[in-house]
Amino acid sequence: MANLSSDFIGIKSPNPFWLASAPPTDKAYNVERAYEAGWGGVVWKTLGSEGPPVVNVSGPRYGAIWGADRRLLGLNNIELITDRPLQVNLDEIKMVKRKWRDRALVISLMVPCDEESWKDILHRIEDTEADGVELNFGCPHGMAERGMGSAVGQVPEYIEMVTRWVKKHSRMPCIVKLTPNISDIRKPAEAAHRGGADAVSLINTINSITSVDLDLFAPQPTIDGKGTHGGYCGPAVKPIALNMVAEIARNPLTRGLPISGIGGVTTWRDAAEFLALGAGNVQVCTAAMTYGFKVVQEMISGLSEYLDDKGIALSDLVGRATPNVTDWQFLNLNYVTKAQINQDDCIKCGRCYAACEDTSHQAIAMSPDRTFTVKDEECVACNLCVNVCPVDNCITMVEMPKGATDPRTGRQVGDYANWTTHPNNPSVAAE
Amino acid sequence: MTNSPLTPGIAAARLDPATIQANFADHIPAFDAHEARVAADRCYFCHDAPCMTACPTSIDIPLFIRQIATGTPDAAARTILAQNIMGGMCARVCPTETLCEEVCVREVAEGKPVEIGRLQRFATDGLMAKGVHPFTRAAPTGKRVAVVGAGPAGLSAAHRLAMKGHEVTVFERKAKLGGLNEYGLAAYKTTEDFAAREIDWLLQIGGITVKTGVTLGVDVTLAGLEADYDAVFLGIGLAGVNALNAPGEALSGVMNAVDFIAGLRQADLATVAVGRDVVVIGGGMTAVDAAVQSKLLGAENVTMVYRGPKERMSASLYEQEHATSAGVKIIYGAAPVRMIGQGKVEGVEFTKGGESFTLKADQVFKAIGQALEGAPIAQEGKKLAKRAGKVWAGGDCASGGEDLTVTAVAEGRDAAEEIHAVLMGAVR
Repeated sequence: MANLSSDFIGIKSPNPFWLASAPPTDKAYNVERAYEAGWGGVVWKTLGSEGPPVVNVSGPRYGAIWGADRRLLGLNNIELITDRPLQVNLDEIKMVKRKWRDRALVISLMVPCDEESWKDILHRIEDTEADGVELNFGCPHGMAERGMGSAVGQVPEYIEMVTRWVKKHSRMPCIVKLTPNISDIRKPAEAAHRGGADAVSLINTINSITSVDLDLFAPQPTIDGKGTHGGYCGPAVKPIALNMVAEIARNPLTRGLPISGIGGVTTWRDAAEFLALGAGNVQVCTAAMTYGFKVVQEMISGLSEYLDDKGIALSDLVGRATPNVTDWQFLNLNYVTKAQINQDDCIKCGRCYAACEDTSHQAIAMSPDRTFTVKDEECVACNLCVNVCPVDNCITMVEMPKGATDPRTGRQVGDYANWTTHPNNPSVAAE
Repeated sequence: MTNSPLTPGIAAARLDPATIQANFADHIPAFDAHEARVAADRCYFCHDAPCMTACPTSIDIPLFIRQIATGTPDAAARTILAQNIMGGMCARVCPTETLCEEVCVREVAEGKPVEIGRLQRFATDGLMAKGVHPFTRAAPTGKRVAVVGAGPAGLSAAHRLAMKGHEVTVFERKAKLGGLNEYGLAAYKTTEDFAAREIDWLLQIGGITVKTGVTLGVDVTLAGLEADYDAVFLGIGLAGVNALNAPGEALSGVMNAVDFIAGLRQADLATVAVGRDVVVIGGGMTAVDAAVQSKLLGAENVTMVYRGPKERMSASLYEQEHATSAGVKIIYGAAPVRMIGQGKVEGVEFTKGGESFTLKADQVFKAIGQALEGAPIAQEGKKLAKRAGKVWAGGDCASGGEDLTVTAVAEGRDAAEEIHAVLMGAVR
């Protein structure tokens, strides 16, 4: 078994799997059950300022989309930060941390955007012995309308300012949680970095309406005939989160800034992908909310087996794929592949044919006996056939060797060359 | 109850009524909505789908399954019924394992096809349960068509003709409509009087007058119908039963499997008598239906004996396994020599590979095929020609196609389309 011990900005945990700040980490009972199940750490559900507790709706708080057999693919929520009294949370955090010394316990915070409020809450939590704080600049619903959450996260200057306050008034490691509801994720990350953040975590949930009730004509979840946008998460958001993690990891202005990866992590493989793109650990919520805390055991065994198979340490995996994330203009335009259909594996469903013939390049031939073959002279290697084929690895993209002639273009496969030097590039011609 | 499977001779109530009722319950239960969605999701929505090609009525199977998957099973039902007005019955009795499901790419790939038959039943049952008849009649054409025989072919033709605006009169010699849907088929495939309910629903199209107890050649003549109507459709089925031509065929206890099945379909199952040792001679669906139902009624030993090898048997491998799993023994490659007995049958002697053997039997069912009984129009081979002037024929009585419910429905529909084209002067 590979050693999964994790040290994330000085916070140690037996594995890199933390529960994200969310309903599963709202109180001691849940958090202790999570630790018992094997979670390496938790980010306690967001605390607000002292005062009358937050009020949640008592109608549905979650909406969802499903795949086959009602497999949950995406979840959306309109729950606010903790609605329990501040002191109750603080007492429980202290009790839990004392009992579970080897596990990470980070407190998520969201208070009004003034220095006093932040100073006050930081002093209130000092006594808990928690390992760090996470600044919730992400929640897109409910709190944002009050000038908190993503309302802060969408203004890089605010992020920088608040982060500075936090670093000024606390010696705890500080993670800034970013909202994806922004056009360029690098800007808030840079702001957090400038403000002195020890790390960023992302993504928080994405603004969304999961579905519309076509009888009530109302968004879902529907509360007394009305609905509102909520935060979208779960497997469906993973590709968006991966890109944002990679953008920050490879940005020269934030390179080296530790990242806690969040967004649709459901299996060990998802976690490994986040780590490979530069995340130092991952946070999970929807998978636990869907299947219960036990899912972490598959994540632990799966990641461990993967690392053993590769013969690498956890730290070797972090950022291993980052150098391979590039911009389109640097892709090799002389790399030529052709789809190839393995006739032994083909089940003759014809989906590749329909997709290519109707929507792509008419590069697949269909014989009267339903044999499907690729026409190399038409195939642009778009990969759509691979993506719609229901059989794993039945269609593969085969690289043409250097020097071979591409029957589509009549040109020889040459050495690496990209758009920046391509004769059709107007900016090249201008020089 | 005093009888048991061991009671000698032919006797009713070998099992207690509750057991018989359970034995004859719907043998492939209906999907619930969630099961249907899951099953529908397995469909790959193939291009130019093989299942659709294999269906004698060419139902757009990928489309109707996608309609189920997207939560519109009534639309799915319309897709099915537009091609096959008896889609409900076909969903129950089609040998899907040799038609759509046999060529399903998932059957070929994994040995587990999309459950097309059950999905079709889910869609059609749902629409029928709502009492919705999804078709309306075109404007009256003033043309009148006689349909002889109210089996799947005749009713399919009648429905399509009525939909086109023609006035249809259906003549049926039996007391009930449905043909083999009502008098053939294993009872556990079409439970809760489904055949009759489907016909009531089918007739909601309107414009169809039904006359039962009318026999062609006795109560009406073809010449008379041709004189009175603009066109005639014959869907008269195969009323004759092939004889074994073996000594002892007249002994008491030797009967036609089709008569046993028809009687069983109409009776209270607790009153249906069956032998302790039953021998079924034949290898088709009728033989399987008679054998399995004998076993379900409580016969101690049921043996199906087929003249040819396993592969040639016209009952599919699935049906053969269905029979053996019900406790029926199947003997292949044995031909009947004679029935043994004094007055009533006691056994059947067979020959297999030059050696003879005898099976004990107090009841023998002959199921070696049905044949045309009388030919009102010219024949093509052993069956009727598909058209002779203003007379069309379809279903089991007509040449071409397998003797299946679904084929009969297709032929009735296609004949109706052709009659319509001719009556409206589009073709001759």
